[in-house]
Amino acid sequence: MVAAVAALPAAYLVIVCADDVGATVETILRSRTLEMTLRSAGLAAAVTATTVAVAVPLAFLTTRTTLPGARAWATLLSLPIVIPSYVGAYTYVAALGPSGMLQDLLEPLGIERLPGIYGFGGAWLVLSLFTYPLVLITVRSAIVRLDPRLEEAALVAGRSRPEVFRTVTLPQLRPAIGAGGLLVALYVLSDFGAVSLLRFQSFTREIYISFQSSFDRGATAALGLVLVALTLALLALYTRTRRQGGYYRSSPGAARPPRPAPLGRWRWPAIGACSLLAALALALPLGVLLYWAGKGIGDAVDWGSVGTAAWHSLLAGGLAAAVAAVAAITISLLTVRYPSPASRLLERAGYAGYALPGIVVALALVFFGTRIALPLYQTLAMLVVALAIHFLPLAIAAISASLLQVPPRLEEAARTLGRGPVATFATVTGPLAAPGVAAGAALVLLYAVKELPATLLLAPAEFQTLATQVWTETTFGQYGGAAIPALVLVLVAAPPLYLLSGEAVHE
Amino acid sequence: MPWPQTLIAAILAALLAAAGAGCGEEGESGAGDPDAPSGAEGITVYSGRIPPEIGPLIDLYEQRSGKDIEVRFGETAALAAQIVEEGENSPADVFFAQDAGALGAIEAEGRFEQLPAATLERVPARFRSRAGEWVGTSGRARVIAYGEDVDPDDLPDSVLDLTGEEWQGRVGWAPINGSFQAFITAMRLTEGEDVARDFVEGMLANGVQPYENNIAIRDAIAAGEIDVGLINHYYVAQAKAEDPDYPVEIHFPPNDLGSMVNVAGAGVLAGSDQVGEAEAFVDFLLSREAQEFFAGSTEEYPLIDGVAPDRSLIPLDEIPHPALDLSRIDDLEGTLELLQSSGAL
Repeated sequence: MVAAVAALPAAYLVIVCADDVGATVETILRSRTLEMTLRSAGLAAAVTATTVAVAVPLAFLTTRTTLPGARAWATLLSLPIVIPSYVGAYTYVAALGPSGMLQDLLEPLGIERLPGIYGFGGAWLVLSLFTYPLVLITVRSAIVRLDPRLEEAALVAGRSRPEVFRTVTLPQLRPAIGAGGLLVALYVLSDFGAVSLLRFQSFTREIYISFQSSFDRGATAALGLVLVALTLALLALYTRTRRQGGYYRSSPGAARPPRPAPLGRWRWPAIGACSLLAALALALPLGVLLYWAGKGIGDAVDWGSVGTAAWHSLLAGGLAAAVAAVAAITISLLTVRYPSPASRLLERAGYAGYALPGIVVALALVFFGTRIALPLYQTLAMLVVALAIHFLPLAIAAISASLLQVPPRLEEAARTLGRGPVATFATVTGPLAAPGVAAGAALVLLYAVKELPATLLLAPAEFQTLATQVWTETTFGQYGGAAIPALVLVLVAAPPLYLLSGEAVHE
Repeated sequence: MPWPQTLIAAILAALLAAAGAGCGEEGESGAGDPDAPSGAEGITVYSGRIPPEIGPLIDLYEQRSGKDIEVRFGETAALAAQIVEEGENSPADVFFAQDAGALGAIEAEGRFEQLPAATLERVPARFRSRAGEWVGTSGRARVIAYGEDVDPDDLPDSVLDLTGEEWQGRVGWAPINGSFQAFITAMRLTEGEDVARDFVEGMLANGVQPYENNIAIRDAIAAGEIDVGLINHYYVAQAKAEDPDYPVEIHFPPNDLGSMVNVAGAGVLAGSDQVGEAEAFVDFLLSREAQEFFAGSTEEYPLIDGVAPDRSLIPLDEIPHPALDLSRIDDLEGTLELLQSSGAL
């Protein structure tokens, strides 16, 4: 049932394409479709590799070492996740464009034009900067749940620290790294705003052109199907990361926090690297936003409406996070504990809603909403369901990675001792997987508050959120006015991220 | 660690309670509001125009008529797609779109009601649907915007001249943008396929810079990234409202489609249960007050007789207008094919 709802976007595409199979096949087979698929896949691969390379070391640095202010760094460096990628792209073009702010600063030195923020390089940089927290958050929550005893045993057995890391620690983290990487890759495939501002021709751009310019729902749906196929291929790849072996602790008892590795002299380079990342992913975009906000502050800011919008964002996002978490627990339990072709199919169908551009997901729900759930159409409930479907995989990834770390023997013991399946979940599985559930719910919340196309189409009329305010102002070309809701968006998202990072720190 | 569940439960409970309270409030205020018209539910407008471009008008109409209007804001193309997907069950009574192409697409789907002749006849025939299914409410001209480094005397009389060597690498356009595509479609219809193809290919060979939309082009001109760009006329006025010294000006090329006029417009949706109300609202958009609002606040061209455009603009009649049927510029497939095969998209 849950998965059936989650599969609605994919079902919609199939229904539309079935209208005219010939045209669908023709669209899919155009050489342009293949070219754009390859371009998008290339970008997704580059961004994914970069985010993993940045975020995995960072996750260790902020959980397993004596880095000063580890929790603050973790929060700070997770924050870029709340900056909508199109806002990030805007700020990067403004700052580093051929004649942006940096060029202004360098002008006295005779530099009249800066090279290349546009194209592959810019898209790669900007998307990496605003998606790496996905890997950081998933991997950090997995590290916390690792049993240090395995590593200690290996150390005692005489292996060196690097060797232990490579042969013991890293393999245990594979599902989490895979899950985070998958989320990044799929996000890159679905992104439209950033690639388009940075002038990278991608597959999603193709979808928008067909939908925006010729009002051709058939071609839009056909291209959407290609994206779904690409998603399934990526999922197959991801499933391999968690194929063999158990990831749970073998003996009962609470995981003991490991002793943090002393950084010693390496403290300074570590802080330097964190600062650099914070500067690029946070200080630069926020600085540009503050600059715009400062220019726009002359006009009276309607704080009342910004406040209402913030409340609406949190309300819809919070409810969507809760719904998605419950749905994801159900689906993850099925796939982790009872793996079968059927349960795997359910899980994968759910991912389609995430890899598709928001507008396609929104139209799917418009289609089904007006046909089978008219009384709910354009109510808060409808919006919540749409957001939950769109971002469900964020919750599934985090939650299934954490369920993999719960030893099934504990559950079996509880069942043998007479507890029912629900009681077992509530008293054994749930608490053990709680950090993953919290991480999953928080991710959904963070993405839901910045979601735009589905909110515009499906929210109750005149239900403004921070994202719709940013949209209204940028559409009108008022960057000053847009900067304020964008900044509030970041502020609103900081507390959940702080709580999340606290998970990983042991007093 | 017991806190996560407790915390999640608490947050959930709070959210649900608040959501419940919110619904309650709305219900009460609706029932208790003495100004609310009894029995008559207001109409729903799907608006591709954003609040600053229409909000004051909605307020004025609500005051006047005592009727409530619900507005759903969104991007014109997305709202058009939404109306098509909603089919007969669409809650929308009026579609207020930013360009004639989207209106034409809804017309082609057979989703509009015929508008009353009295409403249609308020605007010249070239600014409304031939079948009388939608009507233009304000006009927007294509212009050449230019920056500080350009001598106005050097600007071309025809947009076709921008393929000349002196403009190498200095021009910006937005091939993905609806207004631009409508402009190319119009060029194909009035000047012929060959001229349009030569223009697009010539521009590409001349190193034209592609941007995302009109605003991005305008900002790039202001920043000195490019010297001139093809945009809609009112974007510059909007920037000047925020910053009077904004360093971009507009030029109406006197000879051809460089200043083609497209419209924002509205129609009443088939299946509306309040056709009369919806028609009254569309008619209101063509009232003197509404037209003066468009002319003053968004600096668009008013379309009815007796309301003058902003003084910085050349009069609508002086913009050359070849026999161009705005109903036909929804035929975008050929334009897309042209833009894609030439490498512009």
